[in-house]
Amino acid sequence: MLKRLRESKSFRGTLLASPAMLWMIILLIIPLVLILITSFGGRDPDGNVIYGFKLDNYIRLTGYTENCTGIGDYFGGLIEAIANPAAYEDIQVAATKCFDPLYLQILWRSILLAFETTLIVILLGYPLAYYIARSSARRRNTLLFLVLVPLWTNFVIRVYAWIIILRGQGVLNSVLVTLTSLLGLPFQPLDLYPSPGAVLVGMVYEFLPFMILPMYTTLEKIAPSMYEAAADLGARPFRTFLRVTLPLSMPGVVAGTILVFVPVMGTFVVSDILGGKNLVLVGNLIQRQFLDARDPAFGSAASIILMAMTLAVTVYYTRRFGFGEEIASA
Amino acid sequence: MSNRRSPLLRLFVLLVFGFMYIPIIVLIVFAFNSSRLNVMFEGVVNREPCGPFYWFCVLFGNKAALLAAGNTLKIALASTVVSTVIGTMAALALQRYRFRARAFSEVSLYIPIIIPEIVMGISILVLFTQIFRIVNSALALGPDQRLGLGLGTVILAHIAFSIPFVVLTVRARLHGFDASVEEAAMDLGANEWTTFRRVTLPLIMPGVLSGALLAFTLSLDDFIITFFTTGPGATTLPIYVYGLLRRIITPEVNALSTVWIAVVLTALLVSQRLRSQRA
Amino acid sequence: MQGHAIELRDVVKQFPGTTRGSDPVLAVDHVTLQIRDGEFFSLLGPSGCGKTTTLRMIAGFEMPTAGEIYIHNRPIGYTPPYQRPVNTVFQHYALFPHMTVGQNVAFGLEMKKVAREDIHKRVGEALDLVRLPGMRDRMPKQLSGGQQQRVALARALVNHPEVLLLDEPLGALDLKLRKEMQLELKQLQERVGITFIYVTHDQEEALTMSDRIAVMDHGKALQVGTSLEIYEAPNCRFVADFIGETNFISGKVSSLNGADAEFEADGLKMVASVEAGVTPGAQATLAVRPERIVLSDTRPEDTPNAYLAEVIEIVYVGNDTRFRVQLAPTITLSVRRQNVLPVGMPALHGPGGKRVWVSWHPGSARVLVS
Repeated sequence: MLKRLRESKSFRGTLLASPAMLWMIILLIIPLVLILITSFGGRDPDGNVIYGFKLDNYIRLTGYTENCTGIGDYFGGLIEAIANPAAYEDIQVAATKCFDPLYLQILWRSILLAFETTLIVILLGYPLAYYIARSSARRRNTLLFLVLVPLWTNFVIRVYAWIIILRGQGVLNSVLVTLTSLLGLPFQPLDLYPSPGAVLVGMVYEFLPFMILPMYTTLEKIAPSMYEAAADLGARPFRTFLRVTLPLSMPGVVAGTILVFVPVMGTFVVSDILGGKNLVLVGNLIQRQFLDARDPAFGSAASIILMAMTLAVTVYYTRRFGFGEEIASA
Repeated sequence: MSNRRSPLLRLFVLLVFGFMYIPIIVLIVFAFNSSRLNVMFEGVVNREPCGPFYWFCVLFGNKAALLAAGNTLKIALASTVVSTVIGTMAALALQRYRFRARAFSEVSLYIPIIIPEIVMGISILVLFTQIFRIVNSALALGPDQRLGLGLGTVILAHIAFSIPFVVLTVRARLHGFDASVEEAAMDLGANEWTTFRRVTLPLIMPGVLSGALLAFTLSLDDFIITFFTTGPGATTLPIYVYGLLRRIITPEVNALSTVWIAVVLTALLVSQRLRSQRA
Repeated sequence: MQGHAIELRDVVKQFPGTTRGSDPVLAVDHVTLQIRDGEFFSLLGPSGCGKTTTLRMIAGFEMPTAGEIYIHNRPIGYTPPYQRPVNTVFQHYALFPHMTVGQNVAFGLEMKKVAREDIHKRVGEALDLVRLPGMRDRMPKQLSGGQQQRVALARALVNHPEVLLLDEPLGALDLKLRKEMQLELKQLQERVGITFIYVTHDQEEALTMSDRIAVMDHGKALQVGTSLEIYEAPNCRFVADFIGETNFISGKVSSLNGADAEFEADGLKMVASVEAGVTPGAQATLAVRPERIVLSDTRPEDTPNAYLAEVIEIVYVGNDTRFRVQLAPTITLSVRRQNVLPVGMPALHGPGGKRVWVSWHPGSARVLVS
C-alpha cells in the first residue's frame, strides 16, 4: 500500500480526505436522508414514527385540510385568508373552513423576520463596515476588535441582556420614565417584552457582527487607487460611492446576507425567549414537533421545507453573485 | 474620501457601537445588583461573603454551573482536536490532489455551512435515536447500560459541524503554499513523513491553528445542535443558561455572563497580541 | 565499458488528459540519452518540450510510463527521490522559509544522519564554495535572489550527489546577474567535477555553458551534440530554427557528391553539406545562417554559391547591420553583417534596389530533410 500511496496521487488524496468524508456521510448525509424518509411517514400513539410513503405531512403544511373539496377550494380559502383575516379569527368558524392558515402563517412570519432582520442589519452595518475599512490601520484593528467581542460572546447571554432592558420595569422603561418625569410629560411604560418587536431587536443584535465582517472584508480590499481613479475622472464623493464602492462591495453584502438570512429562518431560541409562547416561527414549530408534540414525521417535513427554502436562497445568491472567501473571514 | 469629512458617519458609527455594547454593559452592571429578583437595579449588593462580588461567589459554589462549564470545555477540547486533524487532512487533499470523490467532498463539506443549524441538529437527533433503538433492542441492554444521548453524542455532532470550518480556514492558507519546498526536502533525503513533519506542517501551522481556534470557539458557543444532541449529565453552559432563563433569573446569571465575557475578552486580546507579534 | 553518469533508455512519460474525454499527453516521447561523468549537459527546448519532465524523472518526482533510467549503470526503477543519489536545484529555489540558511544547507546531511560537528564543517565549506561565507544564520527572506540561488546550490552540493540537476535556476535573475552566474556555475562545475544536468529554454545560455546539449521538442530529443555540432550541423529544421537564426530555402536535392549535395531551388543551383541518408530527387530544405552570407559588389571567385540579388531592406542594429536580399521570386534571405568598420563607408549603404552579389561557402549551408 505504501508503494501505491507513493505512485498514485489520487489515491493519496482519497486517503487523506476519507476521514472527513466518512464523518460527513455518517453525521450529515445519512441523517438528512433519514429526515427526508421520516417526513413521508406517520405517527403512532407513542410518538414514534411509522415509516411509509405518504405526502400527508407536506399537505398539512400547506394548510389543505380534510374540509377541502379540491384545489380550487383551497386557493379560494387562501385568498380569503389574505384579504379578510378576520374571517379566521373565531376558532369554531375556522375549523369548518377548508384552508388552515396556521402553517403558512408561521412560514410567512419567519420569512418576514428574516427579511426585516437582514435589511436592518445591512442598513446599520454597512456604514460601520465602510468606516472601519477606510480607517487607519491601527484604528481598524481596535474597531474590529470591538466588533468581535459581542460576536464571540455567547448568544444566549446576549438575548438575556435584552430581557433586562426591554421588560416592563426594565432598563429602557426606567430610563424613559425618569426622562419623561423630568420633562413633565405623561408616560405609559412600553410593553416590549415579550413581543415580536423584541424578537426583531434580538435578531438584529445577534446578527449585526455577522454582516459587518464580510462587508468589511470586501470593502477593505478595494484599492485606494480606485477612489483616486474615480476622482481623477471627475466623480464627486457620492457618485464614487454609487458607481464604484457599492458595486465592488456587493460580494460582501451577499455573503453577509447568506450568513444572516439562513440562521434567522431557522431560529427558535430568540423567538422562544423574547417572543413568548405565542410567537411561533418555523424553528419553534420544528422544535415543538420533536420535543413536545412528538410528531417527528411532521417535524421532519417542516425541516425539509425549511432546508429547501434556505438552499434556494443560497443557490440563487451564489449563482447571481458568486461565492467568495468572504465567509472564511469570520 | 477620508472619514474625517463626515461627522454624520462618525455619529452613526458611535450610535451603532453603543447599540452593540449597551446590553453587555447592562449585563455586567446587573451582576452587582442587590435585588435578588433582578428586575430593577437597586444598588450594589453587599453581602457576605465576597461583598459586592456576592453573586460571583454564589456562582462558583453552584455545582450545576461548574459541571456545565466542565462539560463545555471537555466537549470543546475533544471536538477541536479531532476536527482539526481530520479537517487539515481533508484540506490538504482538496487543495492538492485530484481524486474521484473530490466533488462530493467539496459539496458535503459546504452543506453544514449553509443549512440552518436546527435542521442539522434535528437530523442528527433522529439518527442517534434510531441507532440507539436498534442497538438497545438488538443487544437487549438493561436500563443501566443502554446507549443514550450524552457527552459522546454531543462531541460527535460538534466534530461534524467543525470539520467544514477547519477545512475552509486551512484551505485559505494553503492557497499560497509553494509545493516545491516539499520536493526539495524529498530531494535532500527526507521521506514523506519526515517532509510533512519538518517542512509542511511548520509552514501550514498558522492556518491549522486558526482552524483549531475557530473550531474551539464554535463548539464553546454552540447552542442549537447541542440542544438536540445532549442528554442527562451532559449539559453545557449555553444550555444551562437557557434553562435558567425559563425559570428564575437571579443576578447569578449575570455573574456567569460577566465571567464569560471576561474570558472571551482575554482570549481575543491574547490572540490579537499573538497575531501582531508574528507579523 | 565506461559507465555513463545518467542513461535514459527509451523513456516515455504519459500524462492523463487534463479535461474530461481528452487524450493523454505524451510529455516525453521515447527519449534515449547517455550523459557522461563530469559533463555539463543541457536539456534545451521551448516551453512544454518535455525537458523539465525528463529532469523530474531523473530526480524521482515523476515515474516513467515506460523505459528505464540508470544512474551509474544502476537502474533506478521506482526509487523515491529521497533515496536517489542525485540532488536538485529548483527553479524558484524552494528554500525552507522557516529555517536559517545554515539549517537549509544542513538539511540533507541531517537526513543522512551525519555527525553534528561534521555537518557544521561541511555547511561552512559549502557556503564558502558558493561565496556566501557568514550567511549561516540569516533567514532566506533576508537574502537577494542571487544569494538565495546560491544557497540552493550549496544545499544541493553539500550532499556530494552523483549528479546535480538544475531546473532553469537562472530564470528569475536579471540579465547582468544571469551572465555572471552562468560563468560562476560553469567554473563551479569544473572545480567540483560532478555531472551537471541543466534545463533551460535559453539557447545562448546552453551554448555558453554546456559540454553537450540535447535539443528537445514535443517530448523528443531531436539532436544531441556539442555546441559546435548543434550550431554548425543541425540535423533537422527545428534545431536549425531554434538555435540562432537560419534562412530556409525549399527545393530539391538534384545529386549527391560524397559529403556534399547539389541543391536546386527556384532555378538556382546551390552546393551544400549534407547528412547521410539523403536521397537524390528528394524534397528538402537548405539552411544557411545569416552571418555566413557575404555581400559584395563583384562576383566572388571562391565559392560556387554566388547569386545576383536585390537589396530590399537595410536595418542598422548597432553591432550588426541586417539586410534582406532577394535572389529569386521565392527566395529572400536575411543577411547579418558585423559592422567592423565605422558606419558611413560607401558601397552598400543607401536605399534598397541596389543589386549586389550574395554568396556563401558550401560548408556554411546544410541540407535538411525534416
